[in-house]
Amino acid sequence: MGKHTLKLYVTGQTPRSQRAIANIREICEKETDGEYELIVIDVLENPQLAEDEKIIATPTLVKFLPPPLRRIIGDLSNQEKVLLGLDLFPNKKNR
Amino acid sequence: MEPKEQINTMIKLETGIPGFDFISHGGLPMGRTTLVAGTSGSAKTVFATQYLAEGIIQFDDSVVFVTFEESPKDIRRNMIGFGWDIQKWEDEGKWTFVDVSPEPGMEVLESGSYDLGALLARIEHAINKVNAKRLSMDSIGAIFSQITDSSIVRSELFRIVYALKELGVTAILTAERTQEYGDIARYGVEEFVTDNVIVVRNVLEQEKRRRTIEILKFRGTMHQKGEYPFTIIPGEGIIIIPLSAIELKQKSSTLRISSGNAEMDKMCGGGFFRDSIILISGATGNGKTLMVTEFINGGAKNKERCLLFAFEEGREQLLRNASGWGVDYEKLEEENRLKIVAVYPEVAGLEDHLITMKKEIDKFKPTRVAIDSLSALERISSIRGFREFVIGLTSFIKHKEVVGLFTATTPTLLGGTSVTEAHISTITDSIILLRYVEMFGEMHRGITVLKMRGSMHDKDIREYTIDGTGMHIGKPFRNISGILSGNPMISTASEVDRIKDLF
Repeated sequence: MGKHTLKLYVTGQTPRSQRAIANIREICEKETDGEYELIVIDVLENPQLAEDEKIIATPTLVKFLPPPLRRIIGDLSNQEKVLLGLDLFPNKKNR
Repeated sequence: MEPKEQINTMIKLETGIPGFDFISHGGLPMGRTTLVAGTSGSAKTVFATQYLAEGIIQFDDSVVFVTFEESPKDIRRNMIGFGWDIQKWEDEGKWTFVDVSPEPGMEVLESGSYDLGALLARIEHAINKVNAKRLSMDSIGAIFSQITDSSIVRSELFRIVYALKELGVTAILTAERTQEYGDIARYGVEEFVTDNVIVVRNVLEQEKRRRTIEILKFRGTMHQKGEYPFTIIPGEGIIIIPLSAIELKQKSSTLRISSGNAEMDKMCGGGFFRDSIILISGATGNGKTLMVTEFINGGAKNKERCLLFAFEEGREQLLRNASGWGVDYEKLEEENRLKIVAVYPEVAGLEDHLITMKKEIDKFKPTRVAIDSLSALERISSIRGFREFVIGLTSFIKHKEVVGLFTATTPTLLGGTSVTEAHISTITDSIILLRYVEMFGEMHRGITVLKMRGSMHDKDIREYTIDGTGMHIGKPFRNISGILSGNPMISTASEVDRIKDLF
């Protein structure tokens, strides 16, 4: 499986934003063996980037690679949904 | 306690939508969000777009359009027919889209809690980018299909509306309704934009579509109440017809003008008033069109300009009829004394007719307007729509200080009244009746001035004849009664003398 390219859109340094960042980092570290690229975008600072990508809700995680393009909205606290959305299967060695 | 100044200073923003600023007493409440609710096809998107377009065209405002339903590409294409070149305005930095339209094929999963902070950030960014004064959001229902948790959408919209208020932006939010008369909007949208609500309708009434707009509430400020008809015209957009809001403040002239027939003038006590509405009622073939022709000829002779709206006969037929009475319409047109507008009533709705007629009057600037016949328009509308049309037209004509001559055809040959008369008789200044009178197996024609506001007039019912030179009014009918009711009774000469002796 190729490298995961992800963008996470958040609004400012709210607890929810921080929760989302922590959750996605944890999942990626664990499930992709560190093979991932994550860019965090604060839409308050870069609203045009949110406009370009037509982001409505925050936090929104967008998976650019591998295809298909997919979005997950929320603070990513439901791990199962995140894994499903990223086409990841739980690492066997962590079982 | 709230500071006092906030209570009395509800300023309004002129929208520029024709008629709307009149019924709303000045426009939309400034710095507030107004909900525009309507069923599918009720012209919500046109209203939302026109509000922005007029802002750019008339007031040089910058605007933001937040689209939840159609893509910006579709909106640009759909609105070009109204003459609104959105692409050009975007290039000039006057118009900005915030595109929230659904993306086909995009998979969205939900995991944990979220809000619509990104949408708010984008809207604020768009407003700040162009320093926008006006904003439209169209239509809110579509976002409920993208974001499944409707309680989040509701609370976030409340936050957006609040933010718009802080930014001083005057906004329109459109929302769907499922029925014309029922809940204000789907998803309980009105619960968070409660202050200002407008309802647009597209009602099927007696097999005809009728569009209306109603300001349900404008908190803390005055507006006209009830439904107002409106129409949508290519190249222009929505035009609201503020009928019942018309004020009776036109001036009254004592100047008389000729009806084009000297005997008729005498019956009216010296001619028609300069700014009056005259209704001529009669059965078919009774000389109504002749009176119109004489009226126009009289005006042309006096170097006036006359406008003739013909709804019963075509142009060629009118020319032929007039020449039969020695009036050359074509020559009058060449001399710019006359303009003939001949159309079939069925070609457009009544609201559209009203607007075209107003435009023709504004363009040609006549001193005399004739409509032959008004009752032909009855058949394309409901009674209510017809009444509004007549009121709208007569008040417009009166404001222009133009004399209007309308004809109405009675449904029966002898006596009787038509729908036209029932709705127009109280707003006309003069009513002239043309009646058939049956006497000893012969048809005679009778004419009478039933009403002439502000003047003495002949109370007789006179006999008249029509020949190649026009209408000739003769002596009163003396030994006959019941002409108006359609049941003429002939009295003997001695009976007439006996009654005379009684008084």
